[in-house]
Amino acid sequence: MDLNFTQEYVDFRAEVRGFLEANKAKAPAQGDRSVRSQKRLAWQKVLLEHGYAARTHPKQYGGYGAEPDALKARIIAEEFARAKMPGGIAGQGINMLVPTLLELGTDEQKEKYIRPTLAGEMVWCQGYSEPGAGSDLASLRTAAVVDGDDFVINGQKIWTSTAQFADMMFCLVRTEPDAPKHQGISYILIDMKTPGIEVRPLMTMTGFAEFNEVFFTDVRVPVTSIVGKRGEGWVVANATLTHERGMLGDPDAALSRLNQVADIMQNEHVDGQSLMDNQLFRDRLMQLQGEAYAMKMNGMRLTTAASEKKSAGMAGLLVKLQGCELNHEIASLAIDVMGEYGMLFEDSPFARDKGLWQTSYMFDLGMIIGGGSAQIQKNIISERGLGMPREPKPAPGTFKAN
Amino acid sequence: MYFGLNEDQTMLQDSVRRFLEGASELEAVRGFADGDGALAQTLQDGLMELGAPFVLLPEEQGGLGLGVLEAALIQEQLGRHVAPSGYAATYGMAILGLREAGDTQWLDRIASGEVVMGVGLTEATGGREGAGLELSGDKVSGRATFVQGAENATHFLLTTGEQLLIVERGASGVSETALTMIDKTRHVVTLDLDSVTAQVVAGNNHQQAQAKMIDGGRVLLAADSLGAAAMMLEKAVDYAKDREQFNRPIASFQAVKHMCAEMAAKLEPCRSLVWYAAYAQDHVADEAPLMSRLAKSHMSEVGKFVARTATEVHGGMGFTDLLGLHYWFKRIGANRQLLGGPQAVREEAAKLQGYVG
Repeated sequence: MDLNFTQEYVDFRAEVRGFLEANKAKAPAQGDRSVRSQKRLAWQKVLLEHGYAARTHPKQYGGYGAEPDALKARIIAEEFARAKMPGGIAGQGINMLVPTLLELGTDEQKEKYIRPTLAGEMVWCQGYSEPGAGSDLASLRTAAVVDGDDFVINGQKIWTSTAQFADMMFCLVRTEPDAPKHQGISYILIDMKTPGIEVRPLMTMTGFAEFNEVFFTDVRVPVTSIVGKRGEGWVVANATLTHERGMLGDPDAALSRLNQVADIMQNEHVDGQSLMDNQLFRDRLMQLQGEAYAMKMNGMRLTTAASEKKSAGMAGLLVKLQGCELNHEIASLAIDVMGEYGMLFEDSPFARDKGLWQTSYMFDLGMIIGGGSAQIQKNIISERGLGMPREPKPAPGTFKAN
Repeated sequence: MYFGLNEDQTMLQDSVRRFLEGASELEAVRGFADGDGALAQTLQDGLMELGAPFVLLPEEQGGLGLGVLEAALIQEQLGRHVAPSGYAATYGMAILGLREAGDTQWLDRIASGEVVMGVGLTEATGGREGAGLELSGDKVSGRATFVQGAENATHFLLTTGEQLLIVERGASGVSETALTMIDKTRHVVTLDLDSVTAQVVAGNNHQQAQAKMIDGGRVLLAADSLGAAAMMLEKAVDYAKDREQFNRPIASFQAVKHMCAEMAAKLEPCRSLVWYAAYAQDHVADEAPLMSRLAKSHMSEVGKFVARTATEVHGGMGFTDLLGLHYWFKRIGANRQLLGGPQAVREEAAKLQGYVG
């Protein structure tokens, strides 16, 4: 255990802090999520120049070309959070497509797509899930049939966030309907302006359309849009999952949310008495604090593992399951503390923060389900972490499309 | 920045593990629980040989001058092997208190092996049943309950709340009552003292010394539960892989896998929290009291979950005496209450942060 940073990192932290101080005026608001915001694009440009976005991506394609360094990545995350300034654009294009292209794309694809994606100018959405292919993603049915120099695509995707803004989609389609299900999939890049694509917003329980459905009717894209070979899309899509994430999240995020709840407890009064004086609520706060610190320390362990380029094993596998659950519980406490006022929403008189904690509570439930549900996470933890056997599968057969 | 164990710490833990795998295997523990006290002495001698008691002793006393983290790594192994040992009290809390107070005389005697110091801090963590001591001149009277380290203590380090003092075991006026805990792998006693000759510990910062003992002691109990819970999880996974029903290992049923996954997902972050809380005792003074309380209370909750869930994975066998799984279950249950249950400890954590008006 040595929680001190060596001089190199102390200097680096000072450098990041100095940068943030000097560039405060250029930063967009933290809540600014609009995809085409000029301020965000300009900020991305500044961050790219200084190596605070696309830090480890090759210079050749518009990245900063730094050696991967988990401690520096963590310092950047900590300092941006501390300054309450937004980091770089982190869409699925940068996080998922770019690593895939770097590993498996053709030179032409790398040239064409990586630079504008890193700049935030080319926005991507991910076309993986389908109504009939969620946890069992490999059973996807959206079909791509070769016709001359084109693939002709028919089918439907769902849970496609940012599809309404996206220029491009990286998409899994079935090209070999007679092959076993994992071997009949291809990974293709689709221009969202292609005729035959319809994007419909998918309203969720939060009252926002965080996702979309995307429908394909005889959509024609050139056969050169494929990444990797035909039938190898499953491998292509999974290739980047084995890489460590380049950027670690803010380790103190859950704790700072919890501190906000503590503030609410101190400021909310019932019959003149602060809710912090209520021992039942206080005890829940302290329970969550114990969990939040455990997750923070677990995160420290992950940083060390990443900086030594080692796998963190179980400590890494549990993060999605435990982290989302913790956030959900923190929001739940905030709502309970507010009592009847906790159920007020939007512009209601007396609403606290426009019902923000209700939105979080619901959104965090979405996070528990999405991106590999809690149950899938538990399968992963028990199989990869504890070495327990997989559920026996029915005898393998070929994929049958309707 | 490096968050993890160094090579020396890993080696220390491995050496204790190897020793306990032989010396504290289940049949031996069962013998101790059934009344044959010899194992406590065997472990005491073995730990002495490995240098475990010297971990927290200052170098001036011939100790290793290491920290609570190293002691916690040893304690984790003791918990893992449900080892009958008063280590947390005798070589953890006692040394932390004496060190902080500035004593050297007793530390020398502990170092030589002549003294084994049990610990009772009744008044400091919530006394009931008329517990509490009063000192008049050099005579102490009253009651100290849940005195730990009674397996082979020669002396007891006790508190009046303000002052730390030491009485000899079996001294005139000491009446000792063994308590039958659910956890039979350790011995705790109640001491009724009637005008017993006591030696007040050197130094005058006893309040602070007592706080160090409690903070450190709670971290060690958390480490003990961490080790015990990790062992229960391993046993549950192994059992599930081995046990077949409906012509397949029950480990292939998601219902069983998910129980194990939940245990692992809750338990693994506790390891990092316990490490940090232990490290903070020696290196991050302003966080040490809070981290100790969070580690103790959080580990208590996760320990309870793992203890019942691991038992459940074993099905009916988990409920029998045959497998002996209950020794771990009970050890975790006792650790939860010792030096304050989770609710009481969390309330202290809230007070520390100014949350209690």
